[in-house]
Amino acid sequence: MSKARTSLSRTAIVHAALIAYTLIAVFPVFLTIINSMKNRNAIFRNPMQLPTPATFDLVGYRTVLGQGDFALYFQNSLIVTVVSIFLVLLFGAMAAFALSEYRFRGNTLMGLYLALGIMIPIRLGTVAILQGMVATGLVNTLTALILVYTAQGLPLAVFILSEFMRTVSDDLKNAGRIDGLSEYSIFFRLVLPLVRPAMATVAVFTMIPIWNDLWFPLILAPGEATKTVTLGSQIFIGQFVTNWNAVLAALSLAILPVLVLYLAFSRQLIRGITSGAVK
Amino acid sequence: MGSLQLKSVRKSFGPVDVLKGIDLDVKDGEFVIFVGPSGCGKSTLLRIIAGLDDATSGNILIDGSEVSAVPPAKRGIAMVFQSYALYPHLSVKDNMGLGLKQAGAPKAEIEARTKKASSMLSLENYLARRPAELSGGQRQRVAIGRAIVREPKLFLFDEPLSNLDAALRVNTRLEIARLHRELKATMIYVTHDQVEAMTLADKIVVLDGGVIQQVGSPMELYNRPANLFVAGFIGSPAMNFIDASRLGRSDATTIGVRPEHMALSRESGEWTGRVVHVEHLGADTIVYLDSEKAGLLTVRLFGEHHYEPDEIVHATANAGQLHRFGDDGKMIR
Repeated sequence: MSKARTSLSRTAIVHAALIAYTLIAVFPVFLTIINSMKNRNAIFRNPMQLPTPATFDLVGYRTVLGQGDFALYFQNSLIVTVVSIFLVLLFGAMAAFALSEYRFRGNTLMGLYLALGIMIPIRLGTVAILQGMVATGLVNTLTALILVYTAQGLPLAVFILSEFMRTVSDDLKNAGRIDGLSEYSIFFRLVLPLVRPAMATVAVFTMIPIWNDLWFPLILAPGEATKTVTLGSQIFIGQFVTNWNAVLAALSLAILPVLVLYLAFSRQLIRGITSGAVK
Repeated sequence: MGSLQLKSVRKSFGPVDVLKGIDLDVKDGEFVIFVGPSGCGKSTLLRIIAGLDDATSGNILIDGSEVSAVPPAKRGIAMVFQSYALYPHLSVKDNMGLGLKQAGAPKAEIEARTKKASSMLSLENYLARRPAELSGGQRQRVAIGRAIVREPKLFLFDEPLSNLDAALRVNTRLEIARLHRELKATMIYVTHDQVEAMTLADKIVVLDGGVIQQVGSPMELYNRPANLFVAGFIGSPAMNFIDASRLGRSDATTIGVRPEHMALSRESGEWTGRVVHVEHLGADTIVYLDSEKAGLLTVRLFGEHHYEPDEIVHATANAGQLHRFGDDGKMIR
């Protein structure tokens, strides 16, 4: 930034605010990770202390990994999250394309209807969803979770993506039509790459609630074979005794995959923004 | 190679009639320009010819065969857009070759045609670049190249020069004129700029309010405008219109005279007036007069002339260069 537009005090205030926010956001994560590497006494006696040679103990990780099922829980969580994101992005983008590109009767109404889900929490329908899943025999399957999460993510995806797709130039789509691209190729090859930043945003917004969700796994898929990480870590939390080492270790491990996914999407996000800016 | 017939083409968006029955014949190899103020329906007409919009009624024939139900890619057309509309993720070469690739042309042919088009437009050094790495003029040349590669029956241009700056506009205009001579292809070109229309066209179609006002060669439109709209639209500065009754004439309602068809004198003349403003353009001097008899007049003089505001001068129209218009706005021949 140029000197003329900055002053030391203003920069300092902005940075102080940002640093404070960063600390607040990162602190619980930091606390979880350091305590997951300490022995039980040290966790309670000095929760803020970094692990020292005396208190360093990986017993939590040994418990979690030793239980054997945790690999499966991770796999379940990953499958549910990745497949749900994929379906949300695919169907959300397709619906958004139709809403923004084609003129048809009831277009606005349809758009409103599809976006309505943003305002109504899907959990209100839990009982009906459970009844439906029981009737179709989908209880205790990952399919049940994927279906629910796809439905949960779609409204926001349709809303954000249709706004973005309106900004893609009509001439470009028409040039594609004259060059003989089908509507599908126009969608996949011209429009999707141009709204990639929006897709990454939607992916991040969709991913985090799914990964962290306890409600639906607990209700729809509590069986051993379909447990997700969040539900799986609950076995260490008892009514009277809680194995904090194991809980913290499980949570620390659960951060990793979602962090990797986030980094992958945010790279897209940054690339998308810069490629638009230097146009 | 490509002729076009439009037969009573109409287009309505809901209750609004944008095109009110367009009939037009374009012969093979002609350069036809649709010109008119914004909102006159010229772009809509081009989109209907391209197949990007459907006509509400009427027939469109390319090379004698009805194309109303044929998708754009199969009509044998190519279009150049105002905003270039290049595929941002493809190189210049792939941008030009995509249409052929979609049509299933063999690789060698795509290669040969791309090469030919890029040498015509001197784009050989940019084939590997992406559109983002090109200047505006280069991008528009790539867009034109993409059209040439398809070897279409009809070239459609939708205000291709509007996004370019003045100097580039002249260059690209010359380039398009040269391409038309070399390719001998049928071209249809939409613009709101009457200078582009006058300089490029074999035939100009003047549109206003969804109706064709006049079709003719540039000089026909300039010398014999069919009505007041065409007379006022073609030519810059615009034609002077004078109420005939003020001049004591009963053979017309309005008299038109072009600014360049008048002479000024300090001594004597037909219409006496006071100079309001003078514009010096070097090659031309444009004088605005407030005359007693004829109202506000624009006079275009060639070369440099010195008149001062508030000076009293006399303007005289050249004999035989007056245009007479009747009650209905049509020209009286």
